[in-house]
This record gives sequence, C-alpha cells and structure tokens, in this order.
Amino acid sequence: MPEKRSSLVQVNTVILHTAALLLLPLQILFSVFLLLRGHDEPGGGFIAGLVATGAVALYLFAHGVESTRRILRFEPQEFLGLGLLFGLASALIGPLVGEPFFTAQWYTLYLGGNTEVKLSTVLLFDVGVYFTVLGALLMVVISLTEAED
Amino acid sequence: MSHLVVIPILIPLLAAALSIVSWRSVSLQRWIAIIATGALLLVSIALLQLTREHGFVVMHMGDWAAPFGITIVTDLLSAIMVVLTGIIGFSIAIYSLATTPEGHERFGYYPLMHRLLAGVAGSFLTGDIFNLYVWFEVMLLSSFALLTLGGERAQMEGAIKYVALNLFSSALLLSAIGLVYATTGTLNMADLGQKLAQVEHHGMVNTLAMMFIVAFGIKAAAFPLFFWLPASYHTPLVGISALFAGLLTKVGVYCLYRFFTLIFTGDVDYTHTILLWGAGVTMLSGGLGAAAQSEFRRILSFHIVSQIGYMILGLALYTPLAIVGGVFYIMHHIIVKTNLFLVSGLVYRLLGSYDLKELGGVYRHRPGVALLFLIPALSLAGVPPLSGFFAKFIIIRAGIEVSAWTITGIALLVGLLTLYSMIKIWVEVFWKTVPENVNTDRLTGAKPDKGLWLLLLPIVGLAACTLFIGLSGQPIYELADAAAEQLLNPALYIEAVLGTQP
Repeated sequence: MPEKRSSLVQVNTVILHTAALLLLPLQILFSVFLLLRGHDEPGGGFIAGLVATGAVALYLFAHGVESTRRILRFEPQEFLGLGLLFGLASALIGPLVGEPFFTAQWYTLYLGGNTEVKLSTVLLFDVGVYFTVLGALLMVVISLTEAED
Repeated sequence: MSHLVVIPILIPLLAAALSIVSWRSVSLQRWIAIIATGALLLVSIALLQLTREHGFVVMHMGDWAAPFGITIVTDLLSAIMVVLTGIIGFSIAIYSLATTPEGHERFGYYPLMHRLLAGVAGSFLTGDIFNLYVWFEVMLLSSFALLTLGGERAQMEGAIKYVALNLFSSALLLSAIGLVYATTGTLNMADLGQKLAQVEHHGMVNTLAMMFIVAFGIKAAAFPLFFWLPASYHTPLVGISALFAGLLTKVGVYCLYRFFTLIFTGDVDYTHTILLWGAGVTMLSGGLGAAAQSEFRRILSFHIVSQIGYMILGLALYTPLAIVGGVFYIMHHIIVKTNLFLVSGLVYRLLGSYDLKELGGVYRHRPGVALLFLIPALSLAGVPPLSGFFAKFIIIRAGIEVSAWTITGIALLVGLLTLYSMIKIWVEVFWKTVPENVNTDRLTGAKPDKGLWLLLLPIVGLAACTLFIGLSGQPIYELADAAAEQLLNPALYIEAVLGTQP
C-alpha cells in the first residue's frame, strides 16, 4: 500500500489501480479532442472539462489525494483562476483591434499542404470554460475526499 | 471612449481571477484587493464624467446591435451607482486588511469580494433584463459564500433565511423575465420600454409589473418580505456586513427605479400606488423593528429596511422632485449606512461586543470615535446640515407638493424613530460608563493596536463624504436633478440604446 486510502474507495484492486493509470492520459486526450471539436459539432469547453475531471477523479479514487495533488502540480483553485483569465482574455482581444468587447476574432493558420487551423477568441473562451470547469469540480471532489478522511 | 463603460465590470472580474490564481499567497491577494478597488473607484469617476458629457454611454457586446445582443449602458443614475460601488469597495478593501481573520482570507475572502463587486457593477450597467438576472446571480452566489464564511452557528441560521428568500426572489424574477419575453419577444430594456406600451392586454402587463415589484422588493428588503435582512446581516464579519448593507439592497432599489421609470410606465396609477403603500409600510416596520432591538448591528439592519422605504417613496411619488429626492437619498444612504456598520466594527474591536448592554464609555476614552459615530448617525436621522437632512427634506417636500399627507406623516414619524434609535446607541455605547466585567484594555489604549488606523481611514473618508454632501449639496443636487430628468424621459434612453429607430 503506497499511502492511506480514502474511505470513498473500499475496493482497492490491482485492476482499478492499473486501469486508472492507463485511462488517465486517454481521457485527457479525448477531452482535448472534444474541446477542439466543439465549435461546430457536439463538444466544447464544458463537456471537455467534465471529461477531464472524470479522468482525474478516477485516478483520485484509485491512488488517493496526495498522489493526485502531486500529478496535478497546481491547486484546483489555480486552474479555476486560469480559466477565468482565459475567458477575460477572449473578451479583451476585441477592443485591442478597435471593436467592442467580446467581438469574435478569427485567424486562420495555413500549415503546408491543405491543412489549415482556425484560431479564434471563441476557442480561447472555450479553453477558459474547460479550465474553470476542471478547477471547480476538482476543488469539490478533492475537498470531499479530504473531508472523508 | 465607450469602452470605458465595461471597465468597471472587468476590473473586479480580473481581480477575482488574479486573486484565485494567487490562492496560496494571502499578501498578494491583499495588494490586488487594494489596487483593484482603487482602480475601480478611479474608473467609475471617469465614467461618471464621461456620462455627464454625453448623457449616455452605450456599448453592444460582441458587436451585436441592440435589441439582439447584450447592451451595456450607463445613464447618470447607473454611473452614480457605479461610483458609489467604487467608494464602498475601496473602503471595505482597506477595512478588511485589518479586520479579516487569516482563516477567512485563506478561504477566498478576497476573490468573493471581487465577484460580489462585479455582480453589483454588472447589475447597474447592463441594459438587458436577462443579463441583469445573471449579474444578480453572480452577486448572490458570492454573497451566500461570504455570509457563511467562518461557518458559525448563528451565521448558518441567518444564511438559511437569506438564501431561501433570495432564491425564491430569483425564481420569481426568472419567471417574470420569461413571461416578458413570451409577451414581447425582447429582453432589451430600451426595446421593452417601447414594446410593452403596445401590448393590448393591460392585465398581463400589470401582472408582470407586480411580479417584478415582488422580486425586486425582496432583494431590496421591502415590506412584507424584509425579515431575511435583519436575520442575517449581523452574523458575518463586520466588513462583509458593511459591504452588504451599502450595496446589495440598493441593487434591488436601483432595479425598481430602472424598471418603473423606463419599462412599466403605462399604468402609473396602479403600479406606483402599490409602490407607495409598500414604501410606507416598509418605513414603519423598519423603524418600529429597530426600536425593539438591543444589538448594534441589528438596529442598523432594521434601519436599512426603514431607509429603503424612503427611497421607494421617492420613486412611488413619481414627480420630478420626488425622483431627485430618491436619487439623492440613495447616494446619501449608501455612504452613511456603510459607515455606521464600519463604526460598529470599530467599537467591537475596542470592546469586544455588539450587544449594547456590554458596551459603554467610548465617549469618555475616545471622543474622536464618538464624533465619527455621530456624523453618520445624525445624518441617517436627518439632522441638518448633514446629508440625510437634505435627502429627507427633498422627499418630504415632494410628498407635500402632491398632498400625500398620510405618507408624508409616516416619513416624518420614521425620521423620529431613527433619531430615537441613534440616541439609544449613543447613550448605551458612548455615554454610559463601561460595564464592570468588560475588558477595556483596548479602549483605553493600555494594549496597543497596530491595525487600528486601517479601520479609521475608511470611516473618516466616508464621514468626509457625508459632510461634503451635506455642506456643499449643490453639485450633488444638480447631479441628482440631471439623473432624475433622464429617468423621467425614457425616450432619451431608448434612443441612446436603439439608435435612430422610431
């Protein structure tokens, strides 16, 4: 046993342990996919944030609070604040080019061949939502787990 | 330059985000609080100046023109309210440095304070009723958290009443907004000002008006649903009490002013008569409720209720002079009431209690503090030449001009009741000798108190504002006059937001 288990998790199996380790990167990748896809198709910052939280929560149940804090590196509150800053930044780009706040700006990046990437303030806002949802939910989940101990 | 209209919302939002990012460093959060609220004050003054020059400052978010997008707009009333938000925010930020325990600071006191200010500023500046609802929620959620920060038993008890009634009011507000949209197909305030007049079904419009009166009435702590306020405002930290006392109920009052001068003006006989009696009973119940209390902050809380009555009275009389009086009253009241709460916190710091029985002797040992109480207290009661005298004078004169004798009588009577409460506090806290079992080390200065100047600074500043409003009332009166003129000519507002359309 590497560390004290939270009582949220009664069953501690090797399967869960290993699965959490394997699923974490996959789910994070999937959340990023959802985030980037979200403008025209189902997805977006909110859902992607939920999926990312799900990934971390699964790891949390399998490996405990301390280990989770270690892989996160930052406090959940800091993710939350970062998300809010992204959201504000998306509002502030409009006035920089002389248009009202929140006016959407689009930039298309041409990468060789037929590939083009559309960057926009909308995406920036979505990234903000992603981090805000992640931070807020992790704050709740981690606090509850710690309260259980 | 119209970008300026959004900055008073952006500053607290940015400060909240930065404070959360610097979650681990309380000292950084303190600096952010001071700088951000100071900047908010400066920007709001610049915005007021700009609004005085142009009449209105309008910006359509995301370049979606009204009535389809969200419009952020100031007229003079909004600009005045934002300046008051800046003054109160800055005062509370300074005051909080010395009065907030470390535990509260670690659990997000400053981010919540910024969010609250953002919600308040947003409510004052938005020109869209659904957006207004959103700002209300931003404000209320922060206030729920601030109210329960610390988690003591009394706080929880107060918070239950506060949360229950405010959620009810939010639900009512949201339903009313939904019905307005179903009736008119628009949410833009200026557009509603035109379209509601064309609705055939007057009964429906009056029903909607009543729903808004009740929803905003609860937020403003007007009769009959005011009891959440005296049940909760004396429970949190005094800085939070003072912030709530100054700003939160006044958002409700502001919305009543906005809605019942711009949107629901079709059936003034009906709506404003209801407001008139609501105002009368609110004044009386607040004044009488305070007379029965013997806790510093509870007395002050009941007097918020009674003063809300005066402000609504100004709106309900609906004459040019009455609206001027109402606007003047709001300006005076926000400053004075916040200051009284700050003084109660100062006395608590000196003597360790809010209970009048446990207090005394402040005049003997600290005559300066007694003077600092006397200025806002007498102003609240309406003693000349302080700001409250002129505020009451204008409203009562407006009442006499339209021969509303009963309501004018009530207003005068409540003035006396206010004076009675203030004298009660004066006698108990300042004149009477200190009860024997009370520790007076801090009062007499035997035990030095390093942070005391941080408490005194905002109190002195706000007292100076009160004196300024009272002693050179002319520029303030002119400002209120110009604001009232705009409120009584909603066509100007509509034209400013919708452009040159008919």
